[in-house]
Amino acid sequence: MRYRLSAAVLAAGVAFPLAAQATDLEVTHWWTSGGEAAAVAELAKAFDATGNKWIDGAIAGSGNTARPVMISRITGGDPMGATQFNHGRQTEELIEAGLMRDVTKVAEEQGWVDIVKPASLLDSCTVDGKIYCVPINIHSWEWLWLSNKAFEDAGVEVPTNWDEFVAAAPALKEAGKVPLAIGGQPWQAGGAFRVLVTGIGGPDLYEKVYGDKDADAAGGPEMAKVFDAVEDMREMSAGSNVQDWNQATNLVITGQAGGQIMGDWAQGEFQIAGQVAGEDYSCLPGLGVNEAISTGGDAFYFPTLDDETESAAQLELASVMLDPKTQVAFNLKKGSLPVRGDVDLEAANDCMRKGLDILARGDIVSSGEQLMNQDSLNQINDLIAEFLATPDMTTEAAQERFVDIVASAK
Amino acid sequence: MTAKIASLPMILTASVVFAGGTVWTFVYSFTDSGLLPRLRFVGLDQYERLWSTRRWLVSIENLFIYGVCMLVFSLVIGFVLAALLDQKIRFENTFRTIFLYPFALSFIVTGLVWQWLLNPDFGIQGVVQGLGWTSFDFDPLYDPDIVIYGILIAALWQSTGLVMCLMLAGLRGIDEDIWKAARVDGIPMWRTYVFIVIPMLRPVLVTALVIIASGIVKVYDLVVAQTSGGPGIASEVPAKYVYDMMFSSQNLGQGFAASTMMLLSVLIVLIPWAYLEFGKKKHG
Amino acid sequence: MDNTVSADLRDLDTSGPSGPRPRRTFSRRNIFLYGTLLVIALYYLLPLYVMVVTSLKGMPEIRLGNIFAPPVDVTFAPWVKAWSQACTGLNCDGLSRGFWNSVRITVPSVVLSIAIASVNGYALANWRFKGAETFFTILIFGAFIPYQVMLYPIVILLREMGLYGSLWGLVIVHCIFGMPILTLLFRNYFTSLPEELFKAGRVDGAGFWGIYLRIMVPMSLPIFVVALIIQVTGIWNDFLFGVVYTRPDTYPMTVQLNNIVNSVQGVKEYNVNMAATLLTGLVPLAIYFASGRFFVRGIAAGAVKG
Repeated sequence: MRYRLSAAVLAAGVAFPLAAQATDLEVTHWWTSGGEAAAVAELAKAFDATGNKWIDGAIAGSGNTARPVMISRITGGDPMGATQFNHGRQTEELIEAGLMRDVTKVAEEQGWVDIVKPASLLDSCTVDGKIYCVPINIHSWEWLWLSNKAFEDAGVEVPTNWDEFVAAAPALKEAGKVPLAIGGQPWQAGGAFRVLVTGIGGPDLYEKVYGDKDADAAGGPEMAKVFDAVEDMREMSAGSNVQDWNQATNLVITGQAGGQIMGDWAQGEFQIAGQVAGEDYSCLPGLGVNEAISTGGDAFYFPTLDDETESAAQLELASVMLDPKTQVAFNLKKGSLPVRGDVDLEAANDCMRKGLDILARGDIVSSGEQLMNQDSLNQINDLIAEFLATPDMTTEAAQERFVDIVASAK
Repeated sequence: MTAKIASLPMILTASVVFAGGTVWTFVYSFTDSGLLPRLRFVGLDQYERLWSTRRWLVSIENLFIYGVCMLVFSLVIGFVLAALLDQKIRFENTFRTIFLYPFALSFIVTGLVWQWLLNPDFGIQGVVQGLGWTSFDFDPLYDPDIVIYGILIAALWQSTGLVMCLMLAGLRGIDEDIWKAARVDGIPMWRTYVFIVIPMLRPVLVTALVIIASGIVKVYDLVVAQTSGGPGIASEVPAKYVYDMMFSSQNLGQGFAASTMMLLSVLIVLIPWAYLEFGKKKHG
Repeated sequence: MDNTVSADLRDLDTSGPSGPRPRRTFSRRNIFLYGTLLVIALYYLLPLYVMVVTSLKGMPEIRLGNIFAPPVDVTFAPWVKAWSQACTGLNCDGLSRGFWNSVRITVPSVVLSIAIASVNGYALANWRFKGAETFFTILIFGAFIPYQVMLYPIVILLREMGLYGSLWGLVIVHCIFGMPILTLLFRNYFTSLPEELFKAGRVDGAGFWGIYLRIMVPMSLPIFVVALIIQVTGIWNDFLFGVVYTRPDTYPMTVQLNNIVNSVQGVKEYNVNMAATLLTGLVPLAIYFASGRFFVRGIAAGAVKG
């Protein structure tokens, strides 16, 4: 048993000094849709190959449903073996309270610092020089998805940047289409807004406002331009009449809407509908103006456990997650980009390749969650959602309130 | 003495869980607790922020409109349905189940179904327009001014059945002789209901009132499923503000401050009621 | 309605009057009565119709379509999927997975909470000990506390009691949160019963439990049914407590329902959503229908006379 186990560990490309015993480890996450579950299955398969057993604890409904469960379990003295969190600033307090396990040891042994690209992902896992989580994928927000059919119907060229898109809006409207589809939930408004800040205002402005919480920049003329674009967005999105992001994507797929600003996960919807990138739909990273993408994503954390066997298994899980084979298998299913620069995604399509190229060029910004806490981000989401739904709200008034939020943001 | 021992679970629940939990919430509303509760006091900061947040103000206004309509319509519809069913009709069991079944469905799904029915493009409006009445306009969910009524329609659908059942239980507890006496005296049926039966139903009415009211204060899932608080923030409600603050924004302190305000307003209504209810008994 | 005997017969009937009926079935009163009931029933049934129809369609048809249109190709695949194939993460055995867990949680929680609350209500209505009113007021206040606010304090409480993660911990939580409304329900119903009943019991020498079991409970079937309806629905449909206060091996079926209905990312399978909801709702629905026969008029009247 011992021999077979360590052989398996070695085969997985892991030199692991602890002679670990096999054990069950419960892993909680909120990946429950078809593609997500398939991606998780890859992780479980890789972990089971080490002789341990992955006990799945999935809870749907995004972090808002799952998070209270996870936090209650951890503080209630009944922690799971590992748990998903968006990396960023969500877990700082749990780490400070000593409830999370430090995995620096594995990270140093395997040289995560050299492997993980971009480095900001690992920075987000680091508190006081110690590493507490494993980044597992990269999701980016900065995509404008366009329906080629809609533009054909309207008799205009498929735009190659935001300005052309705005110029094409009247023709789309005349053809009975919604130029820009957007779901009613505030996070979609706030996300699209961040994309406009990066795309129209540029990565520097974005880092200044969200990273440095620079109120002057937030109230400046550059930002005013962004708000003008948001006003365009308000006019173009009137009549979307949908709630969920994938309903909005569906409007684009069926050609009822011209385009949608949404993260790379929208691509899964196009794929399921049998559409081909470049033929049926086009994608413009960074709105075709500033081609930069943000590098948010998901990470796994490891609550502190008393049981030594389980603690050892946690470290094994951590190293399995960054294994090149796991990374490829997982991310192809998930539709996200791997966190290692040294693996090849052969199966990637047109749009994914664009993303990989941008990543390789290093034109990246940190994700909103990495820069600002969720509280402030939600305040911005509410503001933009209200602005989009209130035709008589002026851009000046909105910008003024935006400056207030940025000034008090943490 | 037996009565006191038998009530021990109630005494413990009331004092430890509800009173204790409320005090706990109140204390932590003065802290800057984020993801985890911690005692780092910041005075009234959370309350200042709360009352300067537009979303909170909109939430309060919505709760007020929703609350008043919900109370009035639930009680009236619930009572009328119960009275109709109490006419010794055939298929009472079937009708009762039809009116009650929505209560078995979760709010999330209630919201989803009504979101479809009220969708301007393929819901009721779309279908009626498709039949040729093109000027037909019924689009509550995407009009910020009336969106709260769209939620009200779904809420009434889901919950009037239970109110009806309560009223029916009350009506069934009324002595048959009272009806006979009223009939002998030649009092018209509606007068019997209004002047004799409803006053006798007072205890059940109070129960119904509390059930409806607590449902109003806690309304959350329905809004999330139907509109997510939109368009914009036009259909936000206080409970959603509390939950979003606690679990999405990870600002427990702000969430506790908001729930303290909610509980405070409940107390303002509840304490006079308790005086009335119990003060009277001591004299009688 | 002219003689007492037939009225009493009707009272015992379960599905409606079966004794001699007034001859004029199509009287103006009846047309109005049944007409109104039918119209209202339609309003209540319309969403159900949409749900059933949707659950029988394939996804492409739903994407195209009119939500009121009957399915072109009737498929039961969504029902099968909801019951036995839908995945919670890696466990793909659908709602069936949590069904027995739900039963195991619901039965003791419902029985215990109703038992406690009815005794509370009875003590409050008929025995009024000192301080009872204060506790009762706090209890009613508790009905208005949003559950989520109490989440963390209860975690601490259960941890200290050593019940965190166990089935009994969850049962206690359900009893606690069911108590305000149920106690109010029973207290107010018992108050509305004629006080002579209670006094007669005292005269006969019956004590606290004697009066409760032999007089109060048999007279209060309709209100017990209402309590049953509230509790079965509430506990069966509860997701939050079930998922927070138990372990994955005792998750109720609503966790799966939530995973089906609430998936934020990825494709929403509306047909499976609807099938899953209807399946989950079947248990409370069965209870509503079966318990309906206890809504019988005249028990009170009979007891007073007897």
